[in-house]
Amino acid sequence: MTMAPVNETVNEAGNETAHETVNEATGGAIRPSAAGLPRLLPLIPGVPEDLRGHLARYGRPPYRGGPGHLIQAVEQAGLTGRGGAAFPVHRKLAIVARARGRKVIVANGAESEPASHKDALLLRAAPNLVLDGLQLAAEAIGASEAYLYLHPGASPEVLRALNQRAAVGLDWLGVTIAEAPPRFLAGQESALVNRLGGGPAVPTFVPPRVTERGLGGAPTLVQNVETLAHLALIARYGPRWFRALGTAREPGSMLATVHTSDISQVVEAEIGAPLRTLVNPEGAQAVLVGGYHGTWLPVGTVSTLTLGNQALSQHGAAVGAGVIAALPADRCGLAEAARVVRYLAAESAGQCGPCLNGLPRMAAALAELAGQGHRRQVRADLERWAGLVTGRGACNHPDGTARFVRSALTVFAPEIGRHARGHCSATNRRPFLPLPDSMPISEEDWI
Amino acid sequence: MGGTTAFWYASRATGIVALLLLTAVLVLGILVNRQGRLPGLPRFAVTSLHRNISLLAVAFIAVHVLTAVLDTYVRIPLVSGVIPFASGYERLWLGLGAISFDLMLAMIITSLIRGHLNRILWRAIHLLAYLCWPVAFAHSIGSSRDLQHGWMLDLAVACALVVVAAAGWRLASAARQLPRAARVAAILAQHAPHGPHGSRQAHERISR
Amino acid sequence: MADTLRVNPINCSGHGVCAELLPELVALDEWGYPILDPHPVPPSLDLEARRAVAACPTLALKLARQ
Repeated sequence: MTMAPVNETVNEAGNETAHETVNEATGGAIRPSAAGLPRLLPLIPGVPEDLRGHLARYGRPPYRGGPGHLIQAVEQAGLTGRGGAAFPVHRKLAIVARARGRKVIVANGAESEPASHKDALLLRAAPNLVLDGLQLAAEAIGASEAYLYLHPGASPEVLRALNQRAAVGLDWLGVTIAEAPPRFLAGQESALVNRLGGGPAVPTFVPPRVTERGLGGAPTLVQNVETLAHLALIARYGPRWFRALGTAREPGSMLATVHTSDISQVVEAEIGAPLRTLVNPEGAQAVLVGGYHGTWLPVGTVSTLTLGNQALSQHGAAVGAGVIAALPADRCGLAEAARVVRYLAAESAGQCGPCLNGLPRMAAALAELAGQGHRRQVRADLERWAGLVTGRGACNHPDGTARFVRSALTVFAPEIGRHARGHCSATNRRPFLPLPDSMPISEEDWI
Repeated sequence: MGGTTAFWYASRATGIVALLLLTAVLVLGILVNRQGRLPGLPRFAVTSLHRNISLLAVAFIAVHVLTAVLDTYVRIPLVSGVIPFASGYERLWLGLGAISFDLMLAMIITSLIRGHLNRILWRAIHLLAYLCWPVAFAHSIGSSRDLQHGWMLDLAVACALVVVAAAGWRLASAARQLPRAARVAAILAQHAPHGPHGSRQAHERISR
Repeated sequence: MADTLRVNPINCSGHGVCAELLPELVALDEWGYPILDPHPVPPSLDLEARRAVAACPTLALKLARQ
């Protein structure tokens, strides 16, 4: 909020052009307007950010000078995790900050949800915000090790940002980049810690939570990269600024990946924004909210629902990974659901009996429903299996899959009836929901 | 050369019984691991028998060692039951007996405190069973004239054949077992629907 | 003393010993894996529950406080 640190930074880098840019572009407060979006995404889309631009817009990260100070601001701001679980961030920070001894922080950029692109975009377009958040959170908990967990081929922008920051001494803690295998479960908290520890990216049994005993036995804070970006802004502009957008219970803005028949794009929206401002219900038959562990909703709900857990939970849905996919009316919902569940089944870690046995059977059953003339038993089997796998694995993979399946059975019930009589209402056979090509086969695929 | 006292007889008798019990323990252990069942008995009988017979075997071996020590025909120090090669008499063969007994004690003690032990460590020590039994067998054959001919030899050989067959079956079963990462792919392939008219799924119950 | 039965599903290999020893609180699903009663173990079954926990060949079954 003060101009001086920005000028100093620019002088240290010894660049006149940047200095002029700072004076011209701002001339006053750098703080973005309270009513304003975008907060995370760049002001001008498509313009790659570099460190100078970032410092001109935001200034240096406001280090507090010791652990613990930031946590109260995060609590007042009401920031919740943007990785899917929506857990209150200040609580996780507090648990790890309270612990003694070695502590670890991990910025989780392993966006394993195939339909979500927000983290990848954020890391490309605003890596410095994420890295600021990582440093500030690390200071708040007193971390001694910092990691950035990314899928392979992750943006060169991140590496460049790290190097630029190192050159001007912006980061107080060195960051190690760790590679995540391209698995759906790779970003799961305990799987992440397992991978960082040298094992495969498969979940481990909890308790103990990673915040109590994580990497190498040390309390470990794992935060999604978008969460860290929000945290970096809260540290600068305060809780009141953060709460100027969003609702009282769910403040702030969030990134969402929207899929329609025309386009897939990442948008930044205020929490509580009506869904119809994000996606046009015309021409769609149903909406998938949250991601592949999310919930199918009838297209009619788009006109009444808002983007937020409070509203969505009344329909059994949640914001999740921030995916909103409007399935066009000309596709077959059953075929789409069957493809996704087959993917989810293939991505099971195969460690827990119910998941290992239940998910492939659900996938086959859905494929049968998506075919012509299924056996009468199939629907009952699917409902039974969905119930059997829920809550009986070491992670939420079976629960999320069951939720996806159950909501698909509800929303696409008319289509099930048509298929039973040998008809399908779809005229377009092109797959809509994005899925990767390869299926994991061996142990190496998890490392 | 053997004594004719009751102690010596008792030692030989408890020895051969111990070998039989250890054979049973090993086979039962394999059954537990492979989730096998004994006909007519509930599942918990297999785990119970495995644990209880192992304790019974230790009891028999304790008597086996004590009676051998108490017999005065040859001098066998008490510690040679657990400290290998501490006996002047038949140093090698009795030494093997002590080694096998030490391994048994390690397996049993680690199993009693299993909840507080690293899983991999427990398993590594328990796998020493496959070393323990051959060493006990060698001790039995080498230190006892009885076992070297007649019905006792037949009995000992029969035990060895049972152990070899069980261990061989265990190895083959492990070789057939899919690694974790391949299990999902296998079950998916097994339940893939066939043909355009839906699947006639095999309703096999696959456990890991 | 309000302990609840929990299972580590990663270690559980579906032996089914728990269901035999504690059929009041443990059922097996169609694949042989335990379905546990989520309520605290009633005092009358406390001893049986502890026996079942001790009998599990993989130590997957546990009794958790609250």
